[in-house]
Amino acid sequence: MSQISQMKVSDEVAIEINQMNKWYGSFHVLRDIDLTVNRGERIVICGPSGSGKSTLIRCINALEEHQKGTITVDGTLLSSDLKNIDTIRSEVGMCFQHFNLFPHLTILENCTLAPIWVRKTPKKEAEEIAMHFLEKVKIPEQADKYPGQLSGGQQQRVAIARSLCMKPRIMLFDEPTSALDPEMIAEVLDTMIELAEEGMTMLCVTHEMGFARKVANRVIFMDAGQIVEQNEPEEFFENPQSDRTKLFLSQILGH
Amino acid sequence: MSDTNAQSVAFVRNSEIPASPPPAGETGPVKWMRENLFSGWVNSVMTVIAFLLIARFIMGVFPWFWNGVWDATSIKDCRNIMADAGTAGSACFAVLVDRWDHLLFGFKYPATEYWRPTLAFVLLVVCAMPALFAMYLPRKLLIATALYPFVAYWLIWGGSLWVPVVILGLLAVTAVIYLFIEGLSVSLRQAVAGIVGALSGIGLGYLLYLGAQELWFISGNVSAGEGIVSTVAGFVFMIAAIFTYAFFIPMGIFVGYAIYNSYEDGGLVTIVTTLFSLYALMVYGLGPISTAINSVVPIELEAVASRDMGGYMLCMILGTVCVSLSIPLGVVLALGRQSNMPLIKGVCVVFIEFIRGVPLITLLFVANVMLAYFFPPESSIDLILRVIIMITAFSAAYIAEVIRGGLAALPKGQYEAADSLGLNYTQATRLIILPQALKISIPGIVNVAVGLFKDTTLVSVISMFDIVGMIRGPIQQSTDWISIYWEVYLFAAAVFFVVCYSISQYSQWLERQLQTGHR
Repeated sequence: MSQISQMKVSDEVAIEINQMNKWYGSFHVLRDIDLTVNRGERIVICGPSGSGKSTLIRCINALEEHQKGTITVDGTLLSSDLKNIDTIRSEVGMCFQHFNLFPHLTILENCTLAPIWVRKTPKKEAEEIAMHFLEKVKIPEQADKYPGQLSGGQQQRVAIARSLCMKPRIMLFDEPTSALDPEMIAEVLDTMIELAEEGMTMLCVTHEMGFARKVANRVIFMDAGQIVEQNEPEEFFENPQSDRTKLFLSQILGH
Repeated sequence: MSDTNAQSVAFVRNSEIPASPPPAGETGPVKWMRENLFSGWVNSVMTVIAFLLIARFIMGVFPWFWNGVWDATSIKDCRNIMADAGTAGSACFAVLVDRWDHLLFGFKYPATEYWRPTLAFVLLVVCAMPALFAMYLPRKLLIATALYPFVAYWLIWGGSLWVPVVILGLLAVTAVIYLFIEGLSVSLRQAVAGIVGALSGIGLGYLLYLGAQELWFISGNVSAGEGIVSTVAGFVFMIAAIFTYAFFIPMGIFVGYAIYNSYEDGGLVTIVTTLFSLYALMVYGLGPISTAINSVVPIELEAVASRDMGGYMLCMILGTVCVSLSIPLGVVLALGRQSNMPLIKGVCVVFIEFIRGVPLITLLFVANVMLAYFFPPESSIDLILRVIIMITAFSAAYIAEVIRGGLAALPKGQYEAADSLGLNYTQATRLIILPQALKISIPGIVNVAVGLFKDTTLVSVISMFDIVGMIRGPIQQSTDWISIYWEVYLFAAAVFFVVCYSISQYSQWLERQLQTGHR
């Protein structure tokens, strides 16, 4: 496989975060976040638990509200205006740690729901799109089952397909492999690698450092609500600059 | 042992152990009895005692039932027949035969018209099918379910056919109004929101003003002590009315606008405005239009007043209507209670907590004597309608809490997944949240529904003659059937049991149908 992490990135800006701050009550979760993501970039965000990495990517599609600063996604400013939020959400796909498939709908219905209701795609066309993406994540034969009948890895791949059915321009991954049994992790990562090869703009919160090395063109290390360090993966892993990064890397790569 | 190499620690299995059936044990009734009835000496003794008690009970009840008299004109007659046959003390089921019509339809419903409620009942069973078994029957059949209330109303109450037809027509007009408002531009809809807010302010003030007037009117006609209370109450109402006029109209405009702004599609404004026009159309349009059509093309059944409804029919009317109204109302209240908008949330919380804190009987008395104050004086609201409003409000509050439990049981991830796909509030609620929350809530909702259905007999305390009212009044107080208890109450228990058990069985079936594997 050619090194994806060397793949070209366009200089068109996809996400721009400027001096963004967020508080939970009086607890300052995110502090002065500045981040620019170009189209086609593949960013891995890592850091100790509670460092605000999930909160950061959840702010990008307004699952969490930020209180200060600006977030611009695809040229649309994220404000409390519901119309903007829905526009952004339909352009930004998201995968969750616990998949969050809709248990009362079949796999196919999970995938066609948003295209039919948000994009107003005709049902038949939506089903074709859904089958296309289910084939891509290699589980078209499960289309008529319910999520509860699938394994964790399969569910996460369905969740990825469900997001892709909206033809998003940006994908967010919130610890997509953390809830999986070890032997299921590879199948999900393979799917994500395939996505990266196609040039999708991706932001992944993950502790899969192998994935980060192989796919990412930038690794961001967060601690205590701040971006502590960001660098190309090779440099980041071989030559970490800050003490906190060194400590973190020694902890997760130590054995 | 040939598979394992006992000489070394390392172990490699070379062949699969084939799956084999479980050992053949004893089966059949003998095993079942030994396991379940006689597993130890304590259990055996208890089994014997239990069987003795059951036998004693059956031996006591069976002759009473078996020797019952089915053909007699009065309880005296009954006793004579039993004395002659030597079976004194047996059941006198003749009362059921003699008063069958009264038990089912009450004692004032015209006897020649009994076929109408009977037909309405048969149609109820038929027309409920498309809704109850929606997954197996074509969706188009739901039209029958939708039309049923109008047919049933006409059959049971009689009068002009044009009344239900005009109601249907006005509903269609309302639908057109709804579509019209939905098609309006943003600024026009904001204007509509303001007007609706203002009108509701005016309406509320007017109602309070009428209440004050009514209370003052009462205070002139009662004893001095009660008069003072009424005067003071009237004064409070008046102040509230003035306050309403001063504050609520601007506030109404503000609230209308605020509600508009918080929903980008203006859905709530559209709905409120539509309901408003529906109310106005019904109050001012229904009577004149239907009378006019009827004078040209008279199609009429003999009209029966609500006062003349009774028996099990009354319980069925109240039960069916209130259950089918209180579930949607309960859903709305439960969602309202979860709302981010303080005003809507507040109204729902106050409504639910107030209704839950008050006994149903109190509410029924309110329905009987007080609810009229809350409506314009010229509109005399039908007694059954008043009772329906109260029972519906009562059970809706309980159902709302059951559904709130269902909503709370949903993982937060479901909301987030719906949001992240770009579904708006209405879509997420309708497609993701409610189907799951309602499924979780089925046992609770059914519990409330069954309780509600049985509670319809409470209307007997406000002198309506439902089946219990009939038994306690016209039957037990008549000279023919004085002091007859067991037979009539057993009958009432049986008819209620049949319906309630069916509801419970249906709900269990529905739960199994909606099972989509573990989450």
